[in-house]
Amino acid sequence: MSDLEYRKVSSIHGALMFLKGVKDIAYGDRVVIRDRQGQKRNGQVIRSSADVVLVQVFEGTNNLDLENTWVRFLDEPFELSLSPDMLGRNFNGIGDPRDGRPPIISNVRHNVNGLPVNPVARSYPREFIQTGISTIDGLNSLVRGQKLPIFSGSGLPHNRLVAQIVRQAKLPGDVSNFVIVFAAMGVSYSDARFFEEEFESSGVLQNVVMFMNLANDPPMERLILPRTALTAAEYLAYEQDHHVLVVITDMTNYAEALREIATEKGDVPSRKGYPGYLYSDLAEIYERAGRLHDRHGSITMIPVLSMPSDDITHPIPDLTGYITEGQIVLSRELHSKSVYPPVNVPPSLSRLMKDGIGKDDTREDHARVASQLYAAYSRAMDSRNLASIIGAEELSSGDRRYLEFADRFENDFVKQGSDDDRSVIETLDLAWELLSLLPPEVLSRVSEEDLQKYHSWDGS
Amino acid sequence: MGEVIEVNGPIVTIRHAGIRNGEQVRIGDLGLIAEVIHLREQNALVQVYESTESLRPGEQVTGLGHPLSVELGPGLLGQIFDGVQRPLQKIMQLSGENISRGLLVDALDREKKWHFVPDENLVVGYKLSAGEILGTVQETETIEHRILTPPDCVGEIIEHAPEGDYTVEEVIARVSNDSGSVFELKMYHKWPVRTPRPYHTRSNSIVPLITGQRILDTFFPLLKGGKAAVPGPFGAGKTMVQQQIARWANADIVLYVGCGERGNEMVDILQSFPELKDPYSGRSLMERTFLVANTSNMPVVAREASINVGVTMAEYYRDQGYDVVMVADSTSRWAEALREVAGRLGQMPVEEGYPAYLASRLAAFYERAGMVSTLSDKTGSVTLIGAVSPPGGDFSEPVTSHTKEIIRTFWALSKSLADARHYPSVSWLESFTSYDDRAAAWWSENISPQWANRREQALSLLSEADELERIVNLVGPEALSSSQRWVLESSGLIKEAVLQQSALDPVDSYCSPQKQFNLLELMLRYHDAGVELINLGVPVEQLIKLPYSAQLKRLKSAVSNDDLQDLEHLADRIRKKFDEMRAEYSKEKEVIL
Ligand SMILES: Nc1ncnc2c1ncn2[C@@H]1O[C@H](COP(=O)(O)OP(=O)(O)OP(=O)(O)O)[C@@H](O)[C@H]1O
Ligand SMILES: [Mg+2]
Repeated sequence: MSDLEYRKVSSIHGALMFLKGVKDIAYGDRVVIRDRQGQKRNGQVIRSSADVVLVQVFEGTNNLDLENTWVRFLDEPFELSLSPDMLGRNFNGIGDPRDGRPPIISNVRHNVNGLPVNPVARSYPREFIQTGISTIDGLNSLVRGQKLPIFSGSGLPHNRLVAQIVRQAKLPGDVSNFVIVFAAMGVSYSDARFFEEEFESSGVLQNVVMFMNLANDPPMERLILPRTALTAAEYLAYEQDHHVLVVITDMTNYAEALREIATEKGDVPSRKGYPGYLYSDLAEIYERAGRLHDRHGSITMIPVLSMPSDDITHPIPDLTGYITEGQIVLSRELHSKSVYPPVNVPPSLSRLMKDGIGKDDTREDHARVASQLYAAYSRAMDSRNLASIIGAEELSSGDRRYLEFADRFENDFVKQGSDDDRSVIETLDLAWELLSLLPPEVLSRVSEEDLQKYHSWDGS
Repeated sequence: MGEVIEVNGPIVTIRHAGIRNGEQVRIGDLGLIAEVIHLREQNALVQVYESTESLRPGEQVTGLGHPLSVELGPGLLGQIFDGVQRPLQKIMQLSGENISRGLLVDALDREKKWHFVPDENLVVGYKLSAGEILGTVQETETIEHRILTPPDCVGEIIEHAPEGDYTVEEVIARVSNDSGSVFELKMYHKWPVRTPRPYHTRSNSIVPLITGQRILDTFFPLLKGGKAAVPGPFGAGKTMVQQQIARWANADIVLYVGCGERGNEMVDILQSFPELKDPYSGRSLMERTFLVANTSNMPVVAREASINVGVTMAEYYRDQGYDVVMVADSTSRWAEALREVAGRLGQMPVEEGYPAYLASRLAAFYERAGMVSTLSDKTGSVTLIGAVSPPGGDFSEPVTSHTKEIIRTFWALSKSLADARHYPSVSWLESFTSYDDRAAAWWSENISPQWANRREQALSLLSEADELERIVNLVGPEALSSSQRWVLESSGLIKEAVLQQSALDPVDSYCSPQKQFNLLELMLRYHDAGVELINLGVPVEQLIKLPYSAQLKRLKSAVSNDDLQDLEHLADRIRKKFDEMRAEYSKEKEVIL
């Protein structure tokens, strides 16, 4: 660490600061900035040449001037001190305490950017996690080590859903043994409070590490917060043997901070002003979920993002979907029909479901039932569409059955209470109850044996 | 020797005398691996294949004197390499679970001994021509590796090694050329990845690449040596299509390039392929497979290299006389890496930030596909299949639209099909192939002369049904005649019984060409018979109520490739029932008359 302080700021704009005449500064270096009042800010070197250094300032550059700004280069990258004492604590994006308690002191310090995981070191995630939520367990199962985001929109109950998942997630027949890393970016005070109370009332607070940057905190700190949080998660998973559930909310605020800094730097924009490297940048975050061969713990990640104007093709959900292992999409339409959780089934997907379910994990019919529900619901949407054109009375008896199926599917299967913790077997039984509204000859995605065993068609 | 002037993410400016464009360099105390991409007065811009964190101006730079090259020799199969051909297993032994920087690791194992059998021609005094086979090594149980003279080497053999066990570094022959200089030949040589490997002539491919996927082989066939693209929005099934091809294609060698995609997808292949059996050789699939992985969390710049590294290795096995398939998932990430570097170089973006040379780079890549007569007079091929990941699923974006102009088979994936879990979600409306005539000749000769007719019939049934569905959605089903309703039924049957094919179904994951045809033909016979009955006056409702449709839809997973005669059991039952109905209604008709 270097004690040298420079007073060589040559220009400031946005969150960026240029220094002239400082030599040989390392790219990515951590920077501490002292303003005229002696207040400290944090920064990082994002370009370095023989005579000019460019620093991004996480707390922003408001009130900085050129003369009275002192800059110290720490000659080290951003690192986080790690210890089991982090559990139950609350930090900001840089890892400084927010809870008034002393900072974490430890010999274990890791670079928050990490190094890319060698794919060969990974072990394929396949342990089914029961969330107690039918649309997830039955149709889009989550497994340990998966990254499964929630695509939401403003005003939709993603917080309630995440809280329910955190409360209920466990391996079937087990008690929850998750440790939670909660990373919040740009969320309102009341949302942050909601989660704190949630964790407190469900008695898990001592198993939670929080990294918070609220709506009124400096936005640029969001660029580093998920990396800090994931560094903590990796430590807890791979060095302390915990199964870690990482909740990151809201990735849209992260991406907006990235766009802001990219624009200030003059990076070439691709879509909607976001820089071309948004994909790789998001991947650096999301790919830190997973399982490793020789480690006991795991990192399961549930990022939450709000889709700007509910548009799933917007770059943020779009690029996220290209990286994560599926997505749970929330629907405004179901929400307005008072269906909680308003999971929009057709566009939702879990790519790792296939290896986590079946005879040994959940039940032998699981994959086929899930596929059949998707097919039937999609067919039922055609019937609904037709009903809106020619009127429900004009529908054939087949189409009417599908209409009833769709209504029951949304109201009985998708909809459930915040405290309704359904076992996966209950979910599958419920699925068959709904499929029994339809005659066996239209259920070609399930097997004849499934039909005999689970289907009860009364022939009406 | 030179030094770093500026670090701007993956692009570093260096001052270095006498460096050449395209040259490999090592940078700084860590020895980061990089490539010169631009010369500007006495400075050079280099793209660094590893993270440049903690690099500072003033650090030293060394030029290596050669462009980015790959090692070509025995020991590639079964391996997984990073984007610049470093073996990831070795890297894990050296640096643990995370990939640390500046590691220099040879692609080929230097210790391993291979049993080399010299070619009969390998005698002193023999005039060796470029690309000629020096001898063979059994690389895996299924693949005989043919050791090739480097394409840029000719001369007379002055000494050679006898049959025996050698490492790749041992000299197996000495050759002197016209001017008298002597070359040492080993079992491997190096080749620059941005230069396509030479061959004698291109030949016209006439053999389809059989993938065992009905919608691909029967409806939108690809030929060996052909070029294909699989575009689709996220989650539509691009990776699954490519993995299915990697599993089941009737190729000799499969190279899977994971370019900017998920680490877990690489693991999936590494863990499942050794257990899976190649349907042609009966041996473990891993014996013919190898991988290049630059996953999305690995440095962007190496992504651009990974595709070229991959295709060069593919050409090398082609030159040995093999049919090679290379799947690249995803070419969009490769294009984005180009864009990223172009942006940092300040090159003028033309569309959505992409540089003007995007189209020509794409074309140059796909141009490396083809069936050729090799320098050693064998026939070999490289088939290229690239996934495309259009932002927002919009096929009009630059990478998809340029790719579409270049490739000959286009497997367009549809979000609405994927949302209904209709897999593979290949759209029968948007996909196309220009290889169908040549594929038809093969199918007609090997499977059935009826192939082209039946395929045509199915495609027109599907498009007629799409039209009818539009009508229904406007005015309701009442507007349809009986035979039109039957067309809708039959297209539903074709979709479920033929087009849908679950990769996860152990019986249906691979469907032999014969089974593909038999299934299709059976469904169409059912349709034809229905049409006949309706013409006789049988009410369409009565046909729809029959239990056969559901049974036909299950045949694909009920009947295996080896038991195709079992398809006839159901066919017989249907025939009997239809005969009864026909008899009944013909009689009625007579009475009325
Ligand atoms: N042929 C198939 N059989 C069964 N399931 C399939 C098939 N194709 C796709 N799927 C399902 O769809 C999911 C998504 O497929 P895949 O990962 O191939 O999508 P993708 O197009 O590669 O997406 P991305 O662009 O995000 O990588 C798979 O995890 C699987 O559940
Ligand atoms: Mg994919």
